[in-house]
Amino acid sequence: MALAHDFDYARPQSMAEVLDLLNTHRDKAKILAGGTDLIVSIKEAMMAPELLIDIKEIPDLGQIHREGEQIVIGAGVTFTQLLEDPLIKSHFPMLWDAAATVASTGIRNRATLAGNICSAVPSLDSAPALLCYEATVHCESKSGLRQIPIHEWFLAPRKTLLQPDELLSKIEMPIPPRNSTGIYLKLGRYNGEDLAQAGWGIWLDTENHYRIAHCALAPIPKRAPEIEALLNGNALSDALIERAAALVESAIKPITDIRSSREYRVHISRVMLKRGLLAARARLQGEEVEPKALLGGFA
Amino acid sequence: MKEISINLNFEIRSVWVESSETLLDVLRDKLGVKSPKCGCERGDCGACTVLLDGKPVRSCLILAVEADKHDIITVEGLSADKLSALQEAFIQYNSFQCGFCAPGIILAVTELLQKNPHPSLLEIKESIAGHLCRCTGYTPIFDAILAISKGDK
Repeated sequence: MALAHDFDYARPQSMAEVLDLLNTHRDKAKILAGGTDLIVSIKEAMMAPELLIDIKEIPDLGQIHREGEQIVIGAGVTFTQLLEDPLIKSHFPMLWDAAATVASTGIRNRATLAGNICSAVPSLDSAPALLCYEATVHCESKSGLRQIPIHEWFLAPRKTLLQPDELLSKIEMPIPPRNSTGIYLKLGRYNGEDLAQAGWGIWLDTENHYRIAHCALAPIPKRAPEIEALLNGNALSDALIERAAALVESAIKPITDIRSSREYRVHISRVMLKRGLLAARARLQGEEVEPKALLGGFA
Repeated sequence: MKEISINLNFEIRSVWVESSETLLDVLRDKLGVKSPKCGCERGDCGACTVLLDGKPVRSCLILAVEADKHDIITVEGLSADKLSALQEAFIQYNSFQCGFCAPGIILAVTELLQKNPHPSLLEIKESIAGHLCRCTGYTPIFDAILAISKGDK
């Protein structure tokens, strides 16, 4: 039995072909990479594209590579590739943590980082890391290249700056300084295919600079500048961590949904921020930290 | 309709498909391979898992046309000659009752054991997270896999 909705399928071999197809079909076309969100959306009649453009055979898009002081992640790079890449593990631990929490192995083998930020659901696990690492999103079309800072990318749930004739071709991040680290904490109800009830990304360095971001706690994933401002320049202490936790409620705008209540999200966010700050510091000091163990561990 | 060619369980199979047909449906209804099961149809349950180029994936979320010129292995391919050690362990430990989840879990763990012949319980749990079993409570499944991991079989 085919999907209820019919469409054409193209498997172009070059970027030029992709951009031509997008230019011709615009919002009638959808890019197909992992398909783990797209096929579900078509099955559930949330989308009805006339053409799917499969980008998996365009060689460059499937690569992670270093360009000087930047790391470049192609649009076809899966979460499994991120987890298996030594540069990600050593330099971008928060992104590695996030990739490890995305759904399950069978999904991570297909789902892409680029697809995750194009789907742009409020709970997307990769966003806090991309926000803290200050990623740049590259969007290509026949009219040229746009480089969009990640903090401008998300507009609303499932809405981004991507235009109908554009392909998100790659995501670029500066290699963070050696004296910094990060961690991502995700609270879900069970392992494997659960969306975040709350997600917090915490980045810090030995000079007491902090970057804090969250997902699933507002219409779009965001940095928390008020918490960063309180922390910046100060070494972590019990009193400082309590003051940071007291800012949580004003930094987020959670809703009540099927996964948890607004009140629970506020409560657990305070817990996550406190534990996350201590865990990030422990990581900075060279300790092995397993983020899942901080929130009750495996079910 | 498009003609695609899949290396299915070490045999090249050609089949005509619509762009909108999923790999799961084509495997079951056009190619007669029935071990991948149709469960949730949205990637949550793991019952439709197949190995695509050696990696476990959800065949309900992959279009058949995407699999053109790729390798697919299902449980039928694992046990072409005889049951694998993992399959034998599943029988020995009563690791399934209704059997709906077993093909997906066996494929996921087959890949895990290829990468990591002696996984810990934590690694085993991580590899089958996203495979729902409603009969066993998972314990006999872990027991079977741990027996293989420890080299008891």
